[in-house]
Amino acid sequence: MNGLPAFLVRRVLQAVLVLLVLAAVLYAVFYLAPGDAARLACGPKCSPAQVAQIRGQMGLGDPVYLQFWHFLQGIVTGHTYSTGTGSLHCPAPCLGQSYRTGELVTHLIGEKLPATASLALGAMVLWLVIGVGTGLVSALRRGGITERLLTGFTLVGVATPVFITGILLLLVFCSWLQWLPYPTYVPITDDPQQWAWNLLLPWLALALVEAAKYARLTRSSMLETLAEDHIRTFRAYGVGEGAVVRRHALRGALTPVIALSALDLGTMFGGALLTETLFGIPGLGQQLVQSVQMKDLPVVVGIVLVMGLAVVVANAVADVLYAFADRRVVLA
Amino acid sequence: MTVEDIATQSFEGGAGALVPAPPSGARQVWRRLRGRPAALAGGAVIVLLVLVAVGAPLLAALEGQDTTSYHAGLVDSASGGVPLGHFGGVSGSHWLGVEPGTGRDLFARLAYGARVSLGVAFGASVLQVLIGVTLGLAAGLGNRWVDGLLSRITDIFVVMPALILAIALLAVVPGGFPRPVLLTLVLGLLAWGGFAKIVRAQVLAQKSLDYVAASRLAGSSPWRTARRELLPALVAPVLSYAAVTLPTNIVSEAGLSFLGIGVTPPTPSWGQMLSSATTWYQADSAYVLLPAALLFVTVLAFTVFAEGVRAALDPRAASRLRVGTRAGRRGGEVAAEPATAPAADGPAGSARTTGTPNGGGTA
Repeated sequence: MNGLPAFLVRRVLQAVLVLLVLAAVLYAVFYLAPGDAARLACGPKCSPAQVAQIRGQMGLGDPVYLQFWHFLQGIVTGHTYSTGTGSLHCPAPCLGQSYRTGELVTHLIGEKLPATASLALGAMVLWLVIGVGTGLVSALRRGGITERLLTGFTLVGVATPVFITGILLLLVFCSWLQWLPYPTYVPITDDPQQWAWNLLLPWLALALVEAAKYARLTRSSMLETLAEDHIRTFRAYGVGEGAVVRRHALRGALTPVIALSALDLGTMFGGALLTETLFGIPGLGQQLVQSVQMKDLPVVVGIVLVMGLAVVVANAVADVLYAFADRRVVLA
Repeated sequence: MTVEDIATQSFEGGAGALVPAPPSGARQVWRRLRGRPAALAGGAVIVLLVLVAVGAPLLAALEGQDTTSYHAGLVDSASGGVPLGHFGGVSGSHWLGVEPGTGRDLFARLAYGARVSLGVAFGASVLQVLIGVTLGLAAGLGNRWVDGLLSRITDIFVVMPALILAIALLAVVPGGFPRPVLLTLVLGLLAWGGFAKIVRAQVLAQKSLDYVAASRLAGSSPWRTARRELLPALVAPVLSYAAVTLPTNIVSEAGLSFLGIGVTPPTPSWGQMLSSATTWYQADSAYVLLPAALLFVTVLAFTVFAEGVRAALDPRAASRLRVGTRAGRRGGEVAAEPATAPAADGPAGSARTTGTPNGGGTA
């Protein structure tokens, strides 16, 4: 684990740079786009005078670099908006205010996060169970029918975009068999049973696609580990095959699986855009798509930064996990 | 005659004899590919799809329909527009039925949809290859500063959640701009990072080999060296990576159109049809199954073919790639791949390096 602090520092700097560039690009893209944010914020019935007033309050008359600078300042120090009648304080990691609703972006993200987290965590449990399970079975029973089935399953899983899996699940379970109602998101705090029941199809849609990838990874990684010298040594000492697999091979074999899970979880915490849109789950991904279409810049930038952060953190965590489990890996 | 002249003469005069043959000749690749029935089947499906895309106007004319005419008489207005008849209104004049709501002909729309799917994917891949190879060559051949700058830029593009940027760009460009062209540009301009990385690595590896040094010593300019000596060595890795990114681009286009920000009606696209099918799946399942099946078969064919191409171009690398090593462990959910661009489910800019079309970021 030499070099961990230096590695982390480098990673954090890289992450900050990427997020800054991303935010700047989004600012530039939306600034150049036709459309007037002040008019959007004010609504269709505003008089030109009201629009001008809003523009002043929101700082939209400033040049774009100044707006961007104020946005960055807000993240570090917070920001206080005047609303005409009073003022609205936006505490320290301030990501601004929605043009549409005036809601603080950090609040909005907080509201949307539970749905996204529910989707991501549940799907991960499913894909780990299905993927790692099939992967292990096919690695330990080489040449059997399981292996051939698995090859087919992974190929199909890899070639099916999640919105196709999802819509087929809806078709089969909600329309043809009518076993499940069309999913509507229920917060876990309201009713845990309904929460799980309604998320079942979205979880499956995501997990089936991911499980294929994990099955393939687990299988190849297990085969690779079993071919290593130390495993041969254990066998030569007369250790039973079951013990070899459980006590010695699993650790090495599952290392890449764990690292990849961290990575994928980070990605999905950013919101599975397609899955959320298809199933109408009120999470970050769905909000992002809607806000982009409504040109609600502060919400877009805020969500993208959170997504980017999740991905970057997950990347770093994956690398560190990897290095912890496999001492041969050098962090760079 | 100076020494340099002699060197030039001997190298240029006998180019055929002295320049080593590229690692895999086209014939050899074809022979290896022939031994893989799955890849051949994938290739056949691809040829068929390309024919459908190119001949879409012909096919529609053969059927006697077009993509935009409404047929109000073929849908049941009492039920909100469900097609009359079996399997979504299949008949002699509408071979695959009609679109619910509008009664537009599905066969024609699906055939024209192939143009969008394949056209956008091929166009974006060509753009990605051009940008990636140019920047990769420049980084690999340039001095420390050029390399450092270009590599940082590439890193940013690789890590960037391309799908999200694509969504933002697509949302702000005015509606008058032709959407398929816009999609091609956006996907092409955002997701070239993987190519640049591969090319740079390959150039750095080749640069130190004797034949490149010899070419430089013989007085070739860096540009000439790049063109004559290095480009041939790049063909195999670039082609096999392009084969992998093609299905990724197909999924990205479909995903963006599915989200309602890619190709928009009346232009037909499979992703856009799936998107409108989400409101019809209970009443008219044929409308869901047709574009879903086509998209699935297309991506499957490209994926299988890509794996075959990869193995045929470099048998050793292919077996290495399949193993779950560190290099192979990075994947993602859709269109944005770590080394990839936007693909399937998830905003990760990190899915591009994986070979899976779903490793990207949009799920």
